[in-house]
Amino acid sequence: MLRMGPFLSPSGREDCGRSGAILDLRGYGTQLLDGAAMTLAVAAISLLFGGAIGLVGAGAKLSRWAWLRSLAGAYTTIIRGVPELLILLLLYFGGTVTLSRLAGRYVEVDGLSAGVFALSLVFGAYATEVFRGAILAVPRGQIEAARALGLRRLAIFRRVTLPQVWRIALPGLGNLWLVLLKDTSLVSVVGLEELMRKSAIAAGVTRAPFLFYGAAALLYLAFTLVSTAALHYAERRVGRGFRSA
Amino acid sequence: MLDYELMWASVPDLLRGLVLTLELVLASLALGMLLALPLAVLRNARHPLLWAPAFGYITFFRGTPLLVQIFLIYYGLGQFEWVKATPLWTVLRDASSCAVLAFSLNTAAYTAEILRGAIAAVPRGEIEAALALGMSRFLAFRLIGLPRAFRLALPAYGNEIILVIKSSSLASTITLLDITGTARTIVAQTFAPYEIFLVAGALYLALTFVTTRLIAAAEYWLTPERRAEAAAAPRAGVTPRLRPAGDPSA
Repeated sequence: MLRMGPFLSPSGREDCGRSGAILDLRGYGTQLLDGAAMTLAVAAISLLFGGAIGLVGAGAKLSRWAWLRSLAGAYTTIIRGVPELLILLLLYFGGTVTLSRLAGRYVEVDGLSAGVFALSLVFGAYATEVFRGAILAVPRGQIEAARALGLRRLAIFRRVTLPQVWRIALPGLGNLWLVLLKDTSLVSVVGLEELMRKSAIAAGVTRAPFLFYGAAALLYLAFTLVSTAALHYAERRVGRGFRSA
Repeated sequence: MLDYELMWASVPDLLRGLVLTLELVLASLALGMLLALPLAVLRNARHPLLWAPAFGYITFFRGTPLLVQIFLIYYGLGQFEWVKATPLWTVLRDASSCAVLAFSLNTAAYTAEILRGAIAAVPRGEIEAALALGMSRFLAFRLIGLPRAFRLALPAYGNEIILVIKSSSLASTITLLDITGTARTIVAQTFAPYEIFLVAGALYLALTFVTTRLIAAAEYWLTPERRAEAAAAPRAGVTPRLRPAGDPSA
């Protein structure tokens, strides 16, 4: 079981148990919090991989080589035109078939890998567009100035373009993060015990589905509200000194 | 490699799923728009008692996963005996009406935000001109503000339609046989995930592609000035070069 962050500090867990009726949730409170930690972990890992895919994808879309551009174009068009759930199911069941064939016996892909893989692919496709827009938004004159100073292409990208890409891309990436947080709930379909799956289990045992799905909804809402506030603050901070930010 | 025969064989079933997907999407979009309009107007209101509930609704439905919303409606409401006692239960017991309800409530929240932005973006002068002509505020909104807002909202609303198409795949989680649901059933029987899910994905791609074309066409038809330009411009390939005035060779 993956545990992380301040949500599940040992003292926090005990407090939840002791506070009784409200946070106890018929004994499933800590289970739900475990699930919430898994949800955040899946989202964070997918953010890292997806962000990396997005940067590479944007580079490919702006490449000098036509085949690389069309490859990246096909990637973003296909991924963005197909439901996330279908991509997840394809990777989960497809991965199981491929691994089983390779190993010569039945091997099941675990929900975490399939989930992170699918969510990263989806996030990467949208992030490709965000990064591409951000790279193009860096004023052309700055690139020319850097070239006039004798910087090479890679140095220009690393020292002039990239530092500004983060600022320009932040609002777009923030929206994608909110979508990603909510999309993690899909991974419950392939059995990963994140917040949604834990809620379903608790709902099944206690026969109180409204209580548990309601609790899950409030936890998701808390995550998105905290994220929104943090993003708002971050946008203001990276935008200081820029009037339009 | 891929079993093409199986892929072909799955097409009729998946097309039946496509029909359900389309039904779910169209019903949800229609109901969602019906809900979104009053929500957007309330959200723009000045009195807190008017905008606060709309704000709460929009925040909840945009801040939680659609899957949770579906489960809350389909499984959650059955927890309460009094819900089962009302005539509403005949609707809430049915998976497809629950899916439509969840999708509509969800897309209404996003659509309301889109409409709100569009209503705010209608140039102030146009409303003032309508008021100066003696229209009441309501009439000016109905005849000038709202049509303009719909046109301004169209690109963003087009994106929302695509998102609704894609999220309709969640109907498969409550036993419905839409494209995704059908695909999952066939995969469970044949255990050929690549073949079946690829065909299903192709259907979704075709659906989203056609939709984006339709939206682009609607945008074109709802922009009279662009249509007039296209009609006035000579056909591509014979565009005359612009020459400076007084050029003797012109």
